[in-house]
Amino acid sequence: MNQPLALTAAQKAGPRLTLAALGAVLAILVALPLLSLLPADNPLQVSAYTLTLVGKILCYAIVALALDLVWGYAGLLSLGHGLFFALGGYAMGMYLMRQTAGDGLPAFMGFLAWTELPWYWYGTSSFLWSMCLVVLAPGLLALVFGFFAFRSRIKGVYFSIMTQALTFAGMLLFFRNETGFGGNNGFTGFSTLLGFGITAPGTRAVLFLATVALLVISLALGWGLARSKFGRVLTALRDAENRLMFCGYDPRGYKLFVWVLSAVLCGLAGALYVPQVGIINPSEMAPTQSIEAAVWVALGGRGTLIGPLLGAGIVNGMKSWFTVAFPEYWLFFLGALFIIVTLFLPKGVIGLLRRKGEQ
Amino acid sequence: MHATPGHFMLEPAYDPNSGTGTGRDAIGLGRASGPGLDVRHGTLLTLEDINVSFDGFKALRDLTLYIGVGELRCIIGPNGAGKTTLMDVITGKTRPDSGQAFFGESLDLTEMSEVQIAQAGIGRKFQKPTVFEALSVFENLELAQNADKSVWASLRARLSGEQRERIEDVLTTIKLDASRQRPAGLLSHGQKQFLEIGMLLVQDPQLLLLDEPVAGMTDAETEFTAELFKGLAGKHSLMVVEHDMGFVGSIADHVTVLHQGHVLAEGSLEQVQADERVIEVYLGR
Repeated sequence: MNQPLALTAAQKAGPRLTLAALGAVLAILVALPLLSLLPADNPLQVSAYTLTLVGKILCYAIVALALDLVWGYAGLLSLGHGLFFALGGYAMGMYLMRQTAGDGLPAFMGFLAWTELPWYWYGTSSFLWSMCLVVLAPGLLALVFGFFAFRSRIKGVYFSIMTQALTFAGMLLFFRNETGFGGNNGFTGFSTLLGFGITAPGTRAVLFLATVALLVISLALGWGLARSKFGRVLTALRDAENRLMFCGYDPRGYKLFVWVLSAVLCGLAGALYVPQVGIINPSEMAPTQSIEAAVWVALGGRGTLIGPLLGAGIVNGMKSWFTVAFPEYWLFFLGALFIIVTLFLPKGVIGLLRRKGEQ
Repeated sequence: MHATPGHFMLEPAYDPNSGTGTGRDAIGLGRASGPGLDVRHGTLLTLEDINVSFDGFKALRDLTLYIGVGELRCIIGPNGAGKTTLMDVITGKTRPDSGQAFFGESLDLTEMSEVQIAQAGIGRKFQKPTVFEALSVFENLELAQNADKSVWASLRARLSGEQRERIEDVLTTIKLDASRQRPAGLLSHGQKQFLEIGMLLVQDPQLLLLDEPVAGMTDAETEFTAELFKGLAGKHSLMVVEHDMGFVGSIADHVTVLHQGHVLAEGSLEQVQADERVIEVYLGR
């Protein structure tokens, strides 16, 4: 009798503890931008550097969560999520470039001696249309790619390789000056967003809060999906797709839905990343970026919602410290981290925490 | 339950009356069971002159087989006789090179996708028990249950009291009441077999295909399974592939012997066992 009782108590304490920790983190995240608005001589003031760094990591955390939805739940390992992130970023970047250029052409087009905007730039001076592009560009690409990939029943490592090839192709395309997205320099030198100075403390604080809001919404969305029958169908799909088909479910619609949702979340994260970091260029589409995102998820614990967020935070926190302290060893360290996690922490950091909790 | 327009789906439900190509490659994605099955002549499954070959190897040769409504049919035959290929043809996993396959009077199985066939009312149990290991026993049954299976419906699905009751009934029937919250991956082999049978029960198909359902079961479990199947026959049609002659003898009223992709003999177990050709195939001369 005692043991089951103790177990239930632990199970009840678990979520409460998690909720309390989540609440504390959320409170800190909301406080950070407010503290950044304090005068510079105040001891509690948060520097613009810190705020930007944390904001950037939060954007990556959203990517990790989105990747976990398709990898951890549906079993589709994407090694190309950097592409969706970059597309959202470029859509936002187009608007920012138009803001900077005013009535003229963005500066890089001047260097190419272009006299007219390419057709896909039309309307990008409107913030609303640019926000639509942020959703549409990654969403439509994911829809078309997913439609054909899932129809042809491509799965496992073949699917991963195709997504990797897709982001590589995207990178090569965006590197070309003729593509009309600033070539290898990408977009930078932004001045205003909706008329507000992009480096102004107030703008930074609002962008940061928007990122926190998107993260919370993504988390709630993921939570809702994971608890619904849809989430259970995804898990079933991951473990026994054939069985699921003989139960009368068509896997294609399920995969496509979660795949497009994940891509759109990445695009939104990219759109918030660009004004905070101040630059977007094709290196965001580099295959290594997408692989790193998979490391975040694996490290944190896939198939859980908090795990990927932890993973993104830990890896990027370490990265920003390592690349300052021992810049030449970062990639070795990242590799070692991945090996250690695969060998000793198959369920990631979250698995480790849970085991500790049960003891 | 019928999907209303506007639901997220890409594949039209299979409608035999439309006559246009809602074939296997039409993408898009489905909904729950189709129109009521037409079984006017008492034949649920009609297979005529089915031929299947893999790289020149003839897995099925001019196979003709009829299964009646409510019948319990056992299929026996030596290894490589084509038993699993036969199930693959019925469930749409393998396309026959020639021949006709009809479910009821009007559903052409060779034109339907695996999902459409499952939705039309053919359930299948695999040789190796396959359940959704990460989900609990209860959730396994919930997913298998006969309901609208489109993406949209799943996003907002809530179990009704009636559905919950049905799952509870099946849990009791397959004696997994106490393990309802256990992940299915932790069940014993025999329990997984029963869970998979339970999933077929809640799916409520008109035709159940069972590939070696008692493999790895204890004698008591086998006996219980035999009782279960006999209870199902009548309401459902069953097609059981089995090697265990004792089990076949205890359930079947009608046995079909396959040999090299062809029907060798058909009849009661005694008749079949007395057949010269069957003895020859099984014992070798």
